[in-house]
Amino acid sequence: MTLDMEALTPRAMTDPAAIPALATRPIVEVKSVSKTYAGGIEALSGISLDFPEGRLTTLLGPSGCGKTTLLKIIAGLIPASGGQVFVDGREVKGPGPERAFVFQDFALMPWASVIRNVAFGLELRGVAHGEREAIAERQIARVGLKGFERKYPHELSGGMRQRVGLARALAVDAKVVLMDEPFSAVDEQTRRKFQEELLELVANEGKSFIFVTHSIEEAVYVSDRIALLSRRPSRVSAIIEPKIVRGGDPEKIRRNSAYLDVVEDIWQQLKHYLD
Amino acid sequence: MVISGVRLPMMTSLIVWAVIWEIAGHTEAGFILPPLSRIIWRVFEIVPTASFLDALLITGRAFLFGNAIAIGIGVPLGILMGRSVIADRLLLPWVNLFLSAPLSALVPVIMVLFGLGETTIILTVVLFSMWIIVLNTRAGIRAISPSLVEMARSFGANAWQAFSRIYLWAALPEILAGIRLGMIRAVKGVIIGQLLVSVVGFGTLFEIYQSHFLMEHFWALLLVLFSFAFTLNELLAGLERRFAYYAASR
Repeated sequence: MTLDMEALTPRAMTDPAAIPALATRPIVEVKSVSKTYAGGIEALSGISLDFPEGRLTTLLGPSGCGKTTLLKIIAGLIPASGGQVFVDGREVKGPGPERAFVFQDFALMPWASVIRNVAFGLELRGVAHGEREAIAERQIARVGLKGFERKYPHELSGGMRQRVGLARALAVDAKVVLMDEPFSAVDEQTRRKFQEELLELVANEGKSFIFVTHSIEEAVYVSDRIALLSRRPSRVSAIIEPKIVRGGDPEKIRRNSAYLDVVEDIWQQLKHYLD
Repeated sequence: MVISGVRLPMMTSLIVWAVIWEIAGHTEAGFILPPLSRIIWRVFEIVPTASFLDALLITGRAFLFGNAIAIGIGVPLGILMGRSVIADRLLLPWVNLFLSAPLSALVPVIMVLFGLGETTIILTVVLFSMWIIVLNTRAGIRAISPSLVEMARSFGANAWQAFSRIYLWAALPEILAGIRLGMIRAVKGVIIGQLLVSVVGFGTLFEIYQSHFLMEHFWALLLVLFSFAFTLNELLAGLERRFAYYAASR
């Protein structure tokens, strides 16, 4: 079932000219992927999903619905039990340089400085020390951590640590950035700031983002497309394209009736999973 | 410690015990326990002698080789056991057995197999120190955050890179603690080995001092070895603290 949110959205909020059709080439294609864990727990059941290039697509669903499992299958970190994943036309057999992962718990090396953490992906690829430090420095400045290059993770706040995690993913210049609930471990102010910065990244980077969250508001606010997953064994229950016009005052968007309608609509669909 | 408003330095209790020792040494117990002052005097007398320096060299060499072997085998073995369930099931009972067994009883067996030489002493050191290194490394590897390993894999780390850049570092606080505990056991190992073989290193000296009833010499030698073990422990504990800063934040 595909919901066209345009029908529910007032004209003022949609500007078809500003948003090219999402029918652009899919950068990631998930074809009837299923996952059954050892012990017979069926996490995913025949999921098929396209992720448009240059956009942010969110996997949204109730906790334990297999969003993270699907993301890690796309990342090549865990194998699917059935089905295939194609990234940029090539089948996923494991992790690859065209994908970068941002972890929920940051996954920084506590024994390494900020700059070494950010350069770690390049270090693994054998990029020369000077070159990778130069790239890392640029990315550190980009996420707003200039001056913290020689600090260690335990000297940073949670929000700053996730900036390091983001800089590390950007440093390897992957086409697809996979984000597993990246803002769930930071406070609300930082979270909202992160959301603005994420929108900026999506607009300016030309990268494709796949984002996992359990927050409906966050999903609607940042996504070009939302794939709503049902409870385990998970299927795609709806595809929603919020079509929010960006660039305005964030406070206004969050109060806008079109935005609130989409949030409400998703809530209605997810509500019955509560019991 | 503070007594009636006066702050006493850490070593005060040592001074109290030294005074008690000194007094006891001047009673009839001095026959078996000579006064501390005379023992310390003896330390300066025997340390520069050729037989002492010779024993120190042999002991130091056995200690270093033994520890190098124990670390060289113990750390990889611990990593293997931490990573592989099969290896863990196969080896853990043995490691636990050797960790708690009265190893001195095994030294005569090594002696029969390898003779009354340095090899036996080195193997005794290995036997004493290796198991705690294995067990600590294993614990360190098992405690690694899975997301750190996933992170390395997602950025394309191969098996060697994951080992050398993630596993080794993440488990370093535990590995270092294991090495420190192993070295303290190795001090016991090297001395017990020499005492049982008794024709090598300090073993020879102890043998001579005891058979000629040179109690001052005997205690002087013990004092030197005790302070060596103590200093070693403090040095390694200091090194451990340098890496422990991140142990809590992994």
